[in-house]
Amino acid sequence: MSIQNVPSGSEQPGRAGAAAVKGTSRVKRGMADMLKGGVIMDVVTAEQAKIAEDAGAVAVMALERVPADIRAQGGVARMSDPDMIDSIISAVSIPVMAKCRIGHFVEAQVLQAIGVDYVDESEVLTPADEAYHVDKWAFTVPFVCGATNLGEALRRITEGAAMIRSKGEAGTGNVIEATRHMRSIRTEIRRLSTLSADELYTAAKDLQAPYELVADVAAAGKLPVVLFTAGGIATPADAAMMMQLGAEGVFVGSGIFKSGDPAARAAAIVKATTFHDDPDVIAKVSRGLGEPMVGINLDTLAPEQRYAGRGW
Amino acid sequence: MAAGPRVLVRPAVGVLALQGDVVEHLRALRESGAEPAAVRRPDELDRVDGLVIPGGESTTMWKLIDVFGLAEQLRKRISGGMPVFGSCAGLIMLADRLPDPASGQQTLGGIDMAVRRNAFGRQVDSFERDLEVAGLDGPPYRAVFIRAPWVEGVGPSVEVLATDPGTSRIVAVRQGRALATSFHPELTPDRRIHQLFVDMVRDQA
Repeated sequence: MSIQNVPSGSEQPGRAGAAAVKGTSRVKRGMADMLKGGVIMDVVTAEQAKIAEDAGAVAVMALERVPADIRAQGGVARMSDPDMIDSIISAVSIPVMAKCRIGHFVEAQVLQAIGVDYVDESEVLTPADEAYHVDKWAFTVPFVCGATNLGEALRRITEGAAMIRSKGEAGTGNVIEATRHMRSIRTEIRRLSTLSADELYTAAKDLQAPYELVADVAAAGKLPVVLFTAGGIATPADAAMMMQLGAEGVFVGSGIFKSGDPAARAAAIVKATTFHDDPDVIAKVSRGLGEPMVGINLDTLAPEQRYAGRGW
Repeated sequence: MAAGPRVLVRPAVGVLALQGDVVEHLRALRESGAEPAAVRRPDELDRVDGLVIPGGESTTMWKLIDVFGLAEQLRKRISGGMPVFGSCAGLIMLADRLPDPASGQQTLGGIDMAVRRNAFGRQVDSFERDLEVAGLDGPPYRAVFIRAPWVEGVGPSVEVLATDPGTSRIVAVRQGRALATSFHPELTPDRRIHQLFVDMVRDQA
């Protein structure tokens, strides 16, 4: 068999009309489309990243401490050490995401410079700005942001977020908040779809979001970006429930590497996410996983220990 | 869609729905005159005349094909001449050779080519551009490349349909009834490539 080899060349930006354009909305939002139906896993070491990739994760979130440890240890939670992110980037071929603090645009600039594939402007870290989120349009790297309801999701999209996730209550192993956020976002979208044109103006005012975006969501019956779930997912059934509630994919934080058998649990959650509508598959993959992470009953959390209220 | 000069049946075209941008391909196929269906199980694969392998993460997709026991049947249908179209991760799945697979990663094969994963770089290097694609009438094709692979070498029976002008790398190929692109025709409203594939499915029926 003969192989035709083509030499590589350099980019020619001068070609009128035909030049490559990076960082467009289509390229940023399209990246999230490729993650759909998949599971994104929190990892704190290159070894964990390999376990996640081998289990079938579509991406990993590189961070210094999983949310459960941030809760337990307290202190200010910041962007991870670039060396640590680099070691994870070199360990796996799947996309690598990393978190910056809400409003901390320099942490975001650093993450873009390192070459992460997605930045999570995350309430799990200690917020850096009490009024403003990062202007995400100013970046080539795409952003995912958390939301507890439709208005919050639309404000983040207006700021340039290319992907939305529920906030849930990270690090608790308790899905009740993620359930609330998924139901809230989906219910509010359904309600928008029933409104007349004149009612949509008031809806936009109430949602504190631009009218054009609200009208687009009402017409399409969905967000213009991918919607994942996050916060408290600890079992295959949790992941499948979120998918049945309308999530297009799942973030799992502490739920995997705080459990008894991370590799088995990670693979099981991947399978349950794909076959989220098939209880036989979910039953099968839920067997023999060992201990799940120990959960936290949210009634025992003081208000200042709740992350979902961070972000504006 | 405008009525064509011929009365055409809507062929049943599946989209492998284990992970990735399945919905976008289903919509593109419907708009291109096919009857689309999501395929996750062997009996669903039996019922389609052609198959799209979508964009997504090729390592995840392979893992799911493997654990749910779809590999053998997929390979049999593809080598038996079922028309198949892969975009991005789908192009990787259709490659006979991967020079740098992830640990344990295999492909379905079907096109005599070597494909390098994420060859265009990380997400910050992802781009869109106009592309000349052989066999498409009209203006250049707006192609969206996301952490895209490229084709490093092809055998003599593979037709090169498009080359990225920036890198001179092969980004679209056809071998018989198998079609593959490094980029994502499902992410743009231009339906010429899905139309080409639906025509390939019709022609074999």
